[in-house]
Amino acid sequence: MAGPAPSPECTAYLDARLIDPGSGREMTGGLVVRNGLITDLGPQVTRATAPRDAAIIRCEGHVLAPGLIDCRVFAGEPGHEHKETLDSASQAAAAGGVTTMICMPDTDPVIDDVALVDFIARRARDTATVNIHPMAALTKGLEGRQMTEIGLLTDAGAVAFTDGKKSVADPQLLRRALTYARNFGALVVQHVEEPSLGSGGVMNEGLVSTRLGLPGIPAAAEIIMLERDLRLVELTGARYHAAQISCRQALDAMRAAKKRGLPVTCGASINHLVLNENDIGSYRTFFKMSPPLRSEDDRQSLVEGLADGTLDVIVSDHDPQDQDTKRHPFEEAEFGAIGVETLLPAALSLVHNEKIPLMRVLHALTAGPASVLRLDSGRLEPGAPADLVLIDTETPWQVDAEKLKSKSKNTPFEDKRFQGYALRTVVGGASVFTA
Amino acid sequence: MTAAVSHTKPDYPHRHLLGIRGLSAKEIIYLLDLSEQYVKLNQQVDKKRNTLRGRTHINLFFEASTRTQSSFELAGKRLGADVVNMSVSTSSVKKGETLIDTAMTLNSMHPDLLVVRHHAAGAVELLAQKVGCSVINAGDGAHEHPTQALLDALTIRRHKGRFAGLNVAICGDILHSRVARSNILSLGILGARVRVVAPAPLLPSHAEQLGAEVFTDMREGLRDCDIVMMLRLQNERMSGAYVPSPREYYRYFGLDSYTLAFAKPDALVMHPGPMNRGVEISSTVADHARSLIREQVEMGVAVRMAVLEALSAHLPGNSETS
Repeated sequence: MAGPAPSPECTAYLDARLIDPGSGREMTGGLVVRNGLITDLGPQVTRATAPRDAAIIRCEGHVLAPGLIDCRVFAGEPGHEHKETLDSASQAAAAGGVTTMICMPDTDPVIDDVALVDFIARRARDTATVNIHPMAALTKGLEGRQMTEIGLLTDAGAVAFTDGKKSVADPQLLRRALTYARNFGALVVQHVEEPSLGSGGVMNEGLVSTRLGLPGIPAAAEIIMLERDLRLVELTGARYHAAQISCRQALDAMRAAKKRGLPVTCGASINHLVLNENDIGSYRTFFKMSPPLRSEDDRQSLVEGLADGTLDVIVSDHDPQDQDTKRHPFEEAEFGAIGVETLLPAALSLVHNEKIPLMRVLHALTAGPASVLRLDSGRLEPGAPADLVLIDTETPWQVDAEKLKSKSKNTPFEDKRFQGYALRTVVGGASVFTA
Repeated sequence: MTAAVSHTKPDYPHRHLLGIRGLSAKEIIYLLDLSEQYVKLNQQVDKKRNTLRGRTHINLFFEASTRTQSSFELAGKRLGADVVNMSVSTSSVKKGETLIDTAMTLNSMHPDLLVVRHHAAGAVELLAQKVGCSVINAGDGAHEHPTQALLDALTIRRHKGRFAGLNVAICGDILHSRVARSNILSLGILGARVRVVAPAPLLPSHAEQLGAEVFTDMREGLRDCDIVMMLRLQNERMSGAYVPSPREYYRYFGLDSYTLAFAKPDALVMHPGPMNRGVEISSTVADHARSLIREQVEMGVAVRMAVLEALSAHLPGNSETS
């Protein structure tokens, strides 16, 4: 585990609405933490029964849940520290109730070597306030030609293998990488976009792109890549995770693959669950992302996929970009939006506006990613790490981009009104953020 | 003329002209009526007016264009403005200056009217958000080219006297064409029935929802047409990327006397230029009496004078600002 050392103290959280999405249990009660681990939880934990040496935190009926695990964060370090560092990203994460960030290997240099995994672990320990695990590159230099040292990188602490923002296009290479990954039980994570069909495109291909005169990326680019990958998974039996699904038919393909029993999972970014292509309006570059924001029908399909469990994970796809890369004509601006700090509030909007049960939404932010990545966290159980978030699910507030903790301010939720936020974030038993 | 102009001035309420989208039929007709007056003026010996006297008009072209740039330049000069041409493609951009930096630099020179062409869709709008003057879109990527659509509408009206009931076919590379997008909008607003005719790879996604009927066969597309508007097809798009070869394109989508015969007997031919003779249009048709191609160029100057005047009404310090 790369992150802060566990706190030796004892803390009791009282009068909480305890939600453990992994078990589906919800109850009113308290939770005790000692030495960075949960030691007890339930209705029996009260003021009277709490350990005598425990510091008391009154939760006043608010939700106490496992801290969020964000599976897709581009932290900028090493190489792009002017956009974000592990330190600044972790502060943003803590402020958003995220206790574990999974960093992508798209750095400079690329995380494709044991030494770089060590570097991330060391920097995370020294500078970050939340847990950080890297995904390592699946191919050297993200070039799609030679696979990386999957065994050594796994031992060093890489939680999965991916070419980040790039898709592995060569089917032969991907087949071999999947076969080899299976050998180590490693997870392969793919950005599903057929590169040549998507090349030159800057937004979803459709009526909106036609009106704006912008080159489009057809949904078929994603569907083709995913369907091909699913065949390769069938051939190799490796564990496979589609990083971000953005359209209805890709989700259908994933649903069918799960039904066939393939070892596959998928995620979607919160952006694709709450925004659509129309939000681009008149060329707003903060809404330029990859995969592109799709149609309203596609967005609704993702909401359905979240409700029925086809979507395992919601990610922020946190991708800091500064003015130098965003203040350009839409076609020339960089892809990407920040989101780790607004992940929870935006996800709560799915509870308020789409009537998805809170348990289900939190599952895709905690137990879902923990299960995909085989992490020990993401659960409220005795013996589990005390990575927690205390959530006010109701109070309305408005996003002020300047107040976000990320070094870059490219949020698609500028001035957005949300309902609910993280009141307190606890990592390894220590409070790293209080609202 | 002055009286008529000041009488109709409030009819164009916008500070910029960034596209046809957002304009009403009334506003377009106002601009066409105003243009008519400049058509007459441009045919006189003395073509000079003082409407923009003391105003600075900058042509900022990130993409080379001889005809549009000179058309705007003449328009500004005939209205008495000080006109400066800046071709940015060769200077600052190559030195790494961003569009916004360029905009801020220009803004410091206090221009009143900025005419911009850029290769990226939306770039002109982005620039308009950053400068303090009125901005005219002289073409942004595959998005819009509003003055071209206005001059096309003016040309059509001078010959047909109306828009309602006219069948207009826009033929060629619709996918990459800002001229097509602006014309579909303006002719639709004015009441014409618009068709687009193109080989399927050169049609944009959801073309049928743009407000035009879609044809992939030239003869069917031209049937009963009053106006045939040809678009330029760039050379690099004819070598297998979108269509297999220039000769195959010409065979199925070029306009010659034979194909033109499928349109109405009095159908008129237009082209925004520059033409590829023998690629999308035959010389016989291009130089035919029914070709309006040269008249379009003439209308271009008049329309741009009208647009400059309409926008100048909103400039600070203008006595006629309401």
